Amino acid sequence: MNDKLNYYASRVIAGMMSRREFMGRAAALGVTATAATGLMTSKARAEGPKQGGTIRVGLSGGGSTDSLDPALAANQTSAIVQRMWGEPLVDLSNDGLEMRLAESITSSPDAKTWTFKIREGVEFSNGKPLTAEDVMATMERHSGEESKSGALGIMRGIKSMKTEGMNFIVELDQANADLPYLMGDYHLVIQPDGGKDDPTAAIGTGSYILKDHEMGVRFVFEKNPNRWDSGRGFADTVEIIVINDDTARVAALQSGQVDMIGRVPPRTASLVARAPNITVNSKSGPGHYVFIMHCDTAPFDNNDVRMALKYGINRQEMVDKVLFGYGSVGNDTPINASYPLYTEFTQREYDPDKAAFHFKKSGYDGPILLRTSDNSFPGAPDASALFQQSLAQAGIKLEIKREPNDGYWSEVWNAKPFCTSYWGGRPVQDQMFSTAYLSTADWNDTRFKNEKFDQLLFAARGELDEAKRKQMYADMGMILRDEGGLILPMFNDFIDGVSDRVAGYAETPGYELMDYLAPVKMWVVG
Amino acid sequence: MSPAIKLIAQRIALGLLLLFLVSILIFVGTLILPGDVAQSILGQSATPEALANLRRDLGLNDPAFTRYINWLTGIFHGDLGTALTSGQDIATAIGSRMSNTLFLAFWAAVISVPLAILLGLTAVRYKDRWPDKLISAVTLASISVPEFMIGYIIMYFIGVKLRWFPSVAMINDSMSLGEKLSAVAMPVMVLTLVVLAHMMRMTRAAILNVMQSPYIETAELKGLNSFMVIFRHAFPNSVAPIVNVVMLNMAYLVVGVVVIEVVFTYPGMGQYLVDHVSKRDVPVVQACGLIFAAVYIVLNMVADIVSILSNPRLRHPK
Repeated sequence: MNDKLNYYASRVIAGMMSRREFMGRAAALGVTATAATGLMTSKARAEGPKQGGTIRVGLSGGGSTDSLDPALAANQTSAIVQRMWGEPLVDLSNDGLEMRLAESITSSPDAKTWTFKIREGVEFSNGKPLTAEDVMATMERHSGEESKSGALGIMRGIKSMKTEGMNFIVELDQANADLPYLMGDYHLVIQPDGGKDDPTAAIGTGSYILKDHEMGVRFVFEKNPNRWDSGRGFADTVEIIVINDDTARVAALQSGQVDMIGRVPPRTASLVARAPNITVNSKSGPGHYVFIMHCDTAPFDNNDVRMALKYGINRQEMVDKVLFGYGSVGNDTPINASYPLYTEFTQREYDPDKAAFHFKKSGYDGPILLRTSDNSFPGAPDASALFQQSLAQAGIKLEIKREPNDGYWSEVWNAKPFCTSYWGGRPVQDQMFSTAYLSTADWNDTRFKNEKFDQLLFAARGELDEAKRKQMYADMGMILRDEGGLILPMFNDFIDGVSDRVAGYAETPGYELMDYLAPVKMWVVG
Repeated sequence: MSPAIKLIAQRIALGLLLLFLVSILIFVGTLILPGDVAQSILGQSATPEALANLRRDLGLNDPAFTRYINWLTGIFHGDLGTALTSGQDIATAIGSRMSNTLFLAFWAAVISVPLAILLGLTAVRYKDRWPDKLISAVTLASISVPEFMIGYIIMYFIGVKLRWFPSVAMINDSMSLGEKLSAVAMPVMVLTLVVLAHMMRMTRAAILNVMQSPYIETAELKGLNSFMVIFRHAFPNSVAPIVNVVMLNMAYLVVGVVVIEVVFTYPGMGQYLVDHVSKRDVPVVQACGLIFAAVYIVLNMVADIVSILSNPRLRHPK
């Protein structure tokens, strides 16, 4: 019980839980209010963030081909590196959004015009003061015709941008109630003059300054003496080391060479957690593993074939055997509880009889060809073999074709009618749906074209009444679940490993390692 | 002109010709790789506009022959081009990676080559007795286990349990030589175990071969002790095959250590090449391929030249 209480207390101190909630939980554990308050105060004194020391982080994904340009960041290492030196307008927080470089956000009633009031008195690490023009220049660089930015899709709906004093004003083609969330995208860190002079200069308003780096190998950061928010950035130095090999990364944490790592392999996570000085934190996120069918290609153009395959997959078995329990079952819609306006549906279960029924009804009786590769998601070939077994019980023959990792994303994914893939998820429904399920989406990797779905999506964008919007998203989820080309057996958890030499870990929405901010929000204790 | 010099000149000319042919092979090889550079750089999350913009910037629309000629003339001027993905100058980037690789290979060679030859000589001296069998058994066992496995085993016991050396072999310029040596200790151990058996077995076989010769019997009859016989009389006459296998293994230490670099997170050439292959960064892959080929060809050439020079009939023609 004490451990639990201590944990709650540290969450309050880290600002992740309200005092009121803490008192409630303490009462549930049978602790009096006075005792609970006393405990929390002593905890705060004992465990408040400590300044100084070095945090070392072991990450995967980085390569010597990476660039420091935030627009091109496409892996865990790049994302965390740029969140060290740079900040977007907002961050995700447990109760919605935390204002960072935007001080406040207001919109017109039709959700088409948005005003971001930019924080005053903030300086970039090169000494230049932050202005609304810098913000606008950043957005321009990510949205121009020439842009190669990973955030280009987000910026596309913007009709015009302007500045008025410290206000940055965005005019949209179409209403979008989610725009503030989209501005928290990790690509959109604000750079002086938008990074137009030198996108790779790594100059921003973050808690740290990049001191030394070798791409794909190592990054050294020192505390930014000029940072505007002293509530972040406690360690004097942060060293990020790229360790792509899973076993080596875990060994580095175990041997004390690094204090935290991302992506602990699920297979060994429970073994790693046994070490006394290491905590393994798993957290459910929006990321998911999928089997995708092209709804416009035979035999998948027949909804009965799609339904047969959806009933023929054993989701729980996949979570147990592919994710080793570090995940949750999916329900053939990309939305789960990590999204703000989530509605739960009845869980679709493995049902060989129904699968056989739909398959028979479809009139198709040939084998189904599934393409897969190791890099389409970790354990994809194993998952495909499990799928093959569970379908065999329904009398459906699945043929598996192993494709090389090389070129999988250009030759197989979004090109062949049935293959394995993954999605990292998005912070809000609208973004996930418009990225992959809108009829005209670039990455409509299931070739799903549904007029009603599209109409709902556009209508939801302009709907500021949350209850109505929630219902619209629920309806869209239902359409995808029953008609879509997406078989979604599992959501994968993010699994981080943290040693007891650092403290301050807290659950956050968004991505792994505290939405990429663990090195900035944690501190050294030992 | 002495036949030795003529032979050496021939070897060098042959090496250059080979290198030229390899350059064509590399260029054609990279052309037929599946996948598209722009798509690989931008990954799954690329929009069609972004792809088109990148493809144009990378000059992927020029014909292949023009690109080959440009590439080859660049190399003659010492210009390996710039990386497509990061925009860095390849020569500078490879320079630092190459020096790391050579650092690791150098220390692995310094330990493994003398050790292998010494073990080989010892095995001959105690032929068919227990030291010979022990040496053979241990070295053959270590070459039979996959190298990443040896890496993980050593990492677990020495890095995680005993904590003698760091499990991540990260080196950088700000480290002292001592720190660097401590960082590479584990990879050097693994590499030594991997290359030892081949060189040691070859040394043993080559020396045993000449041990049958009448002049060895003469040396024994002169009353030399058996180790001196092996070292002074047998070894010089079996130098050619030994140098051959040593050079082959040295080349392996430079170009074949990708797996060890990944396991120990060592910032060497192998890791650098793999990163760029997976991103289809063709100029870097070509440059690395050419350098690796050159290392192989040069080391083999050295082996050839040493065996030519070690042959007294070629050194002293009638």
